[in-house]
Amino acid sequence: MDSPYAIEMLHITKRFPGIIANDNITLQLKKGEIHALLGENGAGKSTLMSVLFGLYQAEEGIIKKDGVEVQIKDPNDANRLGIGMVHQHFKLVECFSVLDNIILGVEPTKNGFLQKKEAREKVMALSDKYGLSVNPDAIIEDITVGMQQRTEILKMLYRDNEILIFDEPTSVLTPQEIDELMQIMKNLAAEGKSILFISHKLAEIMAVADRCSVLRKGKYIGTVETRNTTMEQLSAMMVGRNVNFHVEKQPCHPGEVILDVKNMSVASKVHKKDAVKDVSFQVRAGEIVCIAGIDGNGQTELVYGLSGLEPLKSGSITLKGQDITKASIRKRSTSGMSHIPEDRHKHGLVLDYPLEYNMILQRYFEPEFTDKMGFLKRKPIREYAERLIAEYDVRSGQGPVTPARSMSGGNQQKAIIAREIDKNPDLLLAVQPTRGLDVGAIESVHKQLVAQRDAGKAVLLVSLELDEVMDVPDRILVMYEGEIVGELDPKKTTQEELGLYMAGAKRDEVKA
Amino acid sequence: MKKILKNDAVQSLIASLLCIILGLLIGYIVLLFINPAGAWDAILAVLKNFLKTANHARRVKLLGATLVRTAPLLMCGLSVLFAYKVGLFNIGVAGQYVAGVCASLYAALAWHWGWLPCVLFAIVAAAALGAIVGVLKAYCNVNEVISGIMLNWISLYSTNMILSKYKEEASHYTLYLSKASPKSILPGAGLDKLLGYDKVTIAIPLAVVIAIVVYIVLNRTKFGYELRATGNNKNAAKYAGMAEKRNIILTLVIAGGLAGLGGAMLYLTDIERWSVTQTSVPGMGFNGIAATFLGGLNPIGTIFSSFFIQHITDGGPNVDTTYYCAQISDLISSIIIYLCGFVLFLKTAINRGLARSDERQAAKEKEAAQAAQAPKPEDVPATEKGGEK
Repeated sequence: MDSPYAIEMLHITKRFPGIIANDNITLQLKKGEIHALLGENGAGKSTLMSVLFGLYQAEEGIIKKDGVEVQIKDPNDANRLGIGMVHQHFKLVECFSVLDNIILGVEPTKNGFLQKKEAREKVMALSDKYGLSVNPDAIIEDITVGMQQRTEILKMLYRDNEILIFDEPTSVLTPQEIDELMQIMKNLAAEGKSILFISHKLAEIMAVADRCSVLRKGKYIGTVETRNTTMEQLSAMMVGRNVNFHVEKQPCHPGEVILDVKNMSVASKVHKKDAVKDVSFQVRAGEIVCIAGIDGNGQTELVYGLSGLEPLKSGSITLKGQDITKASIRKRSTSGMSHIPEDRHKHGLVLDYPLEYNMILQRYFEPEFTDKMGFLKRKPIREYAERLIAEYDVRSGQGPVTPARSMSGGNQQKAIIAREIDKNPDLLLAVQPTRGLDVGAIESVHKQLVAQRDAGKAVLLVSLELDEVMDVPDRILVMYEGEIVGELDPKKTTQEELGLYMAGAKRDEVKA
Repeated sequence: MKKILKNDAVQSLIASLLCIILGLLIGYIVLLFINPAGAWDAILAVLKNFLKTANHARRVKLLGATLVRTAPLLMCGLSVLFAYKVGLFNIGVAGQYVAGVCASLYAALAWHWGWLPCVLFAIVAAAALGAIVGVLKAYCNVNEVISGIMLNWISLYSTNMILSKYKEEASHYTLYLSKASPKSILPGAGLDKLLGYDKVTIAIPLAVVIAIVVYIVLNRTKFGYELRATGNNKNAAKYAGMAEKRNIILTLVIAGGLAGLGGAMLYLTDIERWSVTQTSVPGMGFNGIAATFLGGLNPIGTIFSSFFIQHITDGGPNVDTTYYCAQISDLISSIIIYLCGFVLFLKTAINRGLARSDERQAAKEKEAAQAAQAPKPEDVPATEKGGEK
């Protein structure tokens, strides 16, 4: 049977509790083409690829290879079918050589001894054929990220994979390395390999892909030929035009400068580039400023730098005229900074503590809750927790003594928000405060943010949700690759324009 | 029934009891394997310990002997527990215990101090040893297990060296305190007469009081709040601005102090003398680890688990050596103690079992509800199946 398609995923539906991650999605990869898969965070790209790779089983839909239906139950099945993947975070043994990493798991042996000579010849032949120019004896931790990625590519080629999946391959590369990768991908396609290219960077998709399929919120939007489309059109397909809800708010009246960030840089934990590069901005009393951007463009590190979880590499932070660049986390907190963290399980809560203990997490040391001998004052703690539970409508099974772990995500988030807002801060850092919440809860969080603004607080919102970015703030700062590339007025801009900034297709020189 | 099973304390108790039964069972099987004739008697001998003798006065005295050794074991257990609540595994407890022995005996034999300063000196010395581990962990991120184990040996051989000046000429044991420095011996406060054994001292009630204090500090104070938060979620503790480094050091200092106090509690009774030629770290510290876990990581539970572990350790030598070689007693006690470490594992297993039975029940109820409502019941299982995947 001769099919023009290397892989077809037909009508794939994959549900998780409470969410449909993939809703009737069809993806057809032609032989020898580069096919881009475009979508926002949470659009369902990763889930779809996990289904293809056998990490998840779809509830509905079928997968065909070369026109024949196949069952992919685990990654070994995927490997046997010639499907290989370069993950966003490389899966290499740091202290092994390039060659050792490539043959790992499929080592050629004779009587139990490694036969590296043949392996080396095959690797060098492949490297020459596709212009990868790797040194097989270099140790992984000594070589650049670009070279590490080529090692991953060689791993797929060494296994004779025909279908190559690249998951956000350019996010860790320098511009030159990106150009080289594009060339490599074209070479691979020219030799008959079929490539799936997962990305949300429009320029790269336009440069390298033949066709592009777009997902949005778990749904399949469409497939277009890149030569017949524009970045604007792709951007519109990616973000959609429908705005779900609107936040009611009065015009803002910014007051004095509360937060003043100058030339801030924060080192990255993952690679050698700085995660935040020379960023300057201000947040005034009575306004909501939103840091927008696609996940992984330095927002997390920016917040870590502001809250004191990570030291700055350079630059300064001033809170209400007080230099807090080197201040401890506790000092920042008592000086008027509240922080709704991005990851409520990692930072926001001690899950094994009861709710009341989590409510005082930022204030337990204050005389209100601890007596002079260092004993916790149990009654005031209980009463305080009960007050917050009532005021902020935090629902839990057993009230103040409910273990935080047993609460729903929305109520956990409400508890954190209650704690941070009730601290009466001057600056509220709200990082993805609505992540994982349902529509009702989102609305209430947005109302609380606006209420804080109207009470004259400075609010810095970090969000990945386009609707939230368009609706809640008074000003938008777009972050791309660690830099602020644009300042937008949410009343004047469009989602399409925002999308272009977020995808790095457009940038202004922003003054501090 | 299920509600009771879900209670944390009940789970700990069940898991601990299961561990003990499992340990006894495996010990019994090992005995059967070696020599089936005496297996049952041997297990009974281990379990009975002081109960084996018919003479009431002697029975009480033997109970006293077990209690004297339970006190230091409880302190070692509390030391491990305290560090564990902060997410640290204080395997250096054995060395800290030895440091306590060394300091208390040295103060007694060299300086003829009274018992209280001897005890305090032991606490300080062992706390200092704990501080080394703490500082290395906090500032150089040296794993506390590695540095703790290394220090165990340093502590042991230093102690041998320091105390060799104060040993009997004819043997390798240190001098009797009753002869060399009677005022260094812990006071009996009437307990010695009550149990008819002169080695019984205030150490026993003191250890119990300290267990209660540890419980209060961990559960009722700001310090305990910080420590447990750090142990449960290091990132959240950092986010809340808790001084992580200071807390790590302080925790290991306190853990060391507890173990050191344990050393003083045993050796200042004169029930045992230190052998300056010993080449292995005393098992007391390591048994403390088992006591902690068997006690369900609860200071009060550790009181009872310490007693049980000491009970079977003391019962070991009662095994009939005509059937078994002399080492069997230690082997059987250590098998049981080893199994005591499985408490957490069993607790997890209980929880998993409960969760699964809950799920099954919920699924059944859902199915029943849907079957009652749905016009076409044959559709229901299909969607159910889909949902579970």
